[in-house]
Amino acid sequence: MIPLNLYLLVAAALFAMGVYGVLARRNAVAILMSIELMLNAVNLNLVSFWRYRAPDALSGQTFAVFVFAVAAAEAAVGLALIISIYRSRETVVAEDVNMLKW
Amino acid sequence: MLFMNMTPDMLRLLVWLIPVPPLVAFFVILLFTRGSKLVSDLVSVLAILLTWVIAILVLIAAILTPHLGEEPITSSIVWLPLGESLATSFRMGVLVDPLGAVMLFFVPLTASMIFIYSTGYMASGAYWTEIKGGEGGHGTTHAAHDEHGGEVIDSAGRRLVKFDASAWKARFMAFIALFAGGMLILSVADNLLMLFIGWEIMGLCSYLLIGFWNNRVYANQPNRITPMIAGIKAFMTTRIGDVFMLIGIAWLYSFTGTLNFRDILYNEEALHALAATPAFPNLAWLGGLTVAGAIGLLLIIGTVGKSAQFPLHTWLPDAMEGPTPVSAMIHAATMVSAGVYLLIRMFPLLSAGWVEGGPLTAPMTAMAWIGSFTALFAATIAMAQRDVKKVLAYSTISQLAFMVAALGIGAYIAAAFHLMTHAIFKALLFLGSGSVIHAIEHGEEHAHHHGHHFPIDFDAQDMFNMGGLGKRIPVTAWTFLIGGLALAGFPFVTAGFWSKDEILADAFAHAPVVFYVLAFTAFLTAFYTMRQIGLTFAGEPRTAAAEEASQRDWRMNTPLVILAFFAITAGWIGIPAALNPLGVNPFHDFVAGTLLEHPEALPFDPLPMIVSVFIALTGLAVGWLVYVARPLKAGQPDPLARALGPIYTLLEHKYYFDEAYDFLFVRLFQWFSDKVVYQLMDRGLIDGFLHFVARMTEWIAFRNKDFDTFIVNGAGDEVAQGVGNLGQAFKYVQSGRVQQYLAVAAAGLLMLAGVFIWAFFLR
Repeated sequence: MIPLNLYLLVAAALFAMGVYGVLARRNAVAILMSIELMLNAVNLNLVSFWRYRAPDALSGQTFAVFVFAVAAAEAAVGLALIISIYRSRETVVAEDVNMLKW
Repeated sequence: MLFMNMTPDMLRLLVWLIPVPPLVAFFVILLFTRGSKLVSDLVSVLAILLTWVIAILVLIAAILTPHLGEEPITSSIVWLPLGESLATSFRMGVLVDPLGAVMLFFVPLTASMIFIYSTGYMASGAYWTEIKGGEGGHGTTHAAHDEHGGEVIDSAGRRLVKFDASAWKARFMAFIALFAGGMLILSVADNLLMLFIGWEIMGLCSYLLIGFWNNRVYANQPNRITPMIAGIKAFMTTRIGDVFMLIGIAWLYSFTGTLNFRDILYNEEALHALAATPAFPNLAWLGGLTVAGAIGLLLIIGTVGKSAQFPLHTWLPDAMEGPTPVSAMIHAATMVSAGVYLLIRMFPLLSAGWVEGGPLTAPMTAMAWIGSFTALFAATIAMAQRDVKKVLAYSTISQLAFMVAALGIGAYIAAAFHLMTHAIFKALLFLGSGSVIHAIEHGEEHAHHHGHHFPIDFDAQDMFNMGGLGKRIPVTAWTFLIGGLALAGFPFVTAGFWSKDEILADAFAHAPVVFYVLAFTAFLTAFYTMRQIGLTFAGEPRTAAAEEASQRDWRMNTPLVILAFFAITAGWIGIPAALNPLGVNPFHDFVAGTLLEHPEALPFDPLPMIVSVFIALTGLAVGWLVYVARPLKAGQPDPLARALGPIYTLLEHKYYFDEAYDFLFVRLFQWFSDKVVYQLMDRGLIDGFLHFVARMTEWIAFRNKDFDTFIVNGAGDEVAQGVGNLGQAFKYVQSGRVQQYLAVAAAGLLMLAGVFIWAFFLR
């Protein structure tokens, strides 16, 4: 059986890629996709811990399903925002949207 | 007859009612009818006539009561509950004993006459008043005497205009009604406090009425006393006497526990205790002054103020600034008589410890001295006065002094007798003089219409502007002659003769010095009375105003005739028993009942009566020779001035008493007020202290302000400024870039994680 550590490593790698994408990508759509990566990394963690530590309880799977649902909603709202920004400012580059400052 | 069926209760009720109608009239006029002169006249006259009727009913009942002295008409109510039982409460009530009955005879009589007279006297006339401020400015360029209602400029540069003297007639009637109420309260009072209340009501009315024409000024005489100032002067001067009197009343109450006349004066034990207790046991130099003596002296000071005796006499002549009916009623017939009435009423107290023929008590000695001195003193001044009313004012002072002196030598009944007759004939004389003034003012007006010009300071009261009025105003002349003869003591006919003779006879028997002084005064009295009659009525008119003088008002003439009747007949009830066809002296026998020990009538002595007849006739004859036999021409000086020389000037200026008082009291107090009270105490000490406190407070406030500005405000500002600066410096953190924020958050998270790991695992 594959040890838990490997799953965790894969999840950590996914999460790190997500963080990098969020911080470094200029395209707001890409940032949104990177956030999805991080969420999926978390989901992987949740399911792994459930399978290896408490297979009798359903909470790990349930949490994962919740995260999917929230992520879907978040993606919908986020994309709607991006489209709205694009309509008014004709850009999807995050650092160009900087009106809310000092 | 009504009074025959009267029960004692009804009679007592009537006595209570005597002062009520004039008091009601006062309020009715002031509250409702003051807009109408006619209605106000009617209200006041009807009120006083009603009072007169009630008083006559009571008087008849009193005369018909046998032994009125022992069982007077009296009634009282508990007024102020004091102590443990009703017996010790303070009671207010009325009393009609023989002396009170005498008051009830002449007070309503003279008051009624004067009310009727006032309705005529106050109906016309005009006087100068000063215009202040910028009203009616167009008239200022008028040179001199303008025609009707015009403005003139007098020598003092004041703008004067004639003012209607009858403008406030309704108010006048209200005031004299209040006055009559006060006098009647005093007359029927059964205790000293109630007497004092009436006394003070009259004091107030005196002030109000002397200053009645309060906007009057005298053209070209800026320094002459005006009615307003005279009113204040009278009020202040009598106040001095009243304060002492109140002290006396309080002392009497604290000693005896009552102020009821009967309880004190008809009570041998109380009188004995008063006369036996030394007033100031620790002050030997007072020579054993008893409580009765001390209280008596205090009451005498009250009378000295009210009856204008020396040295508080100066207000009465100036009180002549009031309208003449006021002079007649208040300053001759009633109020000033109230002072003497008080002394007569309190005579048993004043003479407590005195036996007939024994040494006089302290109050009696004081009365004898004050009375004799004032009588002579005032009579001498009266000789040199020009103003028709001032002569009468000084003669009033002099005649009241006769009564005071009479009491001083124990001539109780003579004093009461002279009080009554004097009130009647002096009221007559004053009303007569008012009639004369009115006639001259009318004459001035008439002559003015016929083109005659008078100086703006023409004085209608100056006897040297008169002369020959006997033909112009015969009713006034004859009644004035009757009043004058009564004042002079014309033998055997007039009231004044019998009452004055009584005093002289008593003085002759008991105190020869007083007799000589009073006899000489009587001579002067006869002389100045004839001088006045001569200057006013005899000879030829000295001015155009006197030539055209007239006075035909029945409202003024009727009271003169009625009073003239009483000025003759009122004396007949007191003719000594030896000369009286009835064989008794009814007045003596009646009034004697007031005292516990009825004074015996003196055995008849013809000598003082002969002297009395002689001096009255001599005085009148000298006056006749000087002023009637050779009447004064216009512009001629007073013959007396040549005869007396500098003394005349001294008398004309009233011995300079006003000036002396002005210097001694007014100036001294003004100096004291200004220099000591105002500049030293008020400005120096009190203001100084206040200013010091103020400056200290101000200094502390400025230090406080500095603290506030630099420390409190400074700290506040610095904190705010610092926060602002900090924000300014750090605001660039807010770049608006989402990823930057996230990067910072991630860095922070990493740092926290690092710390966490270091703290829990690596340490």
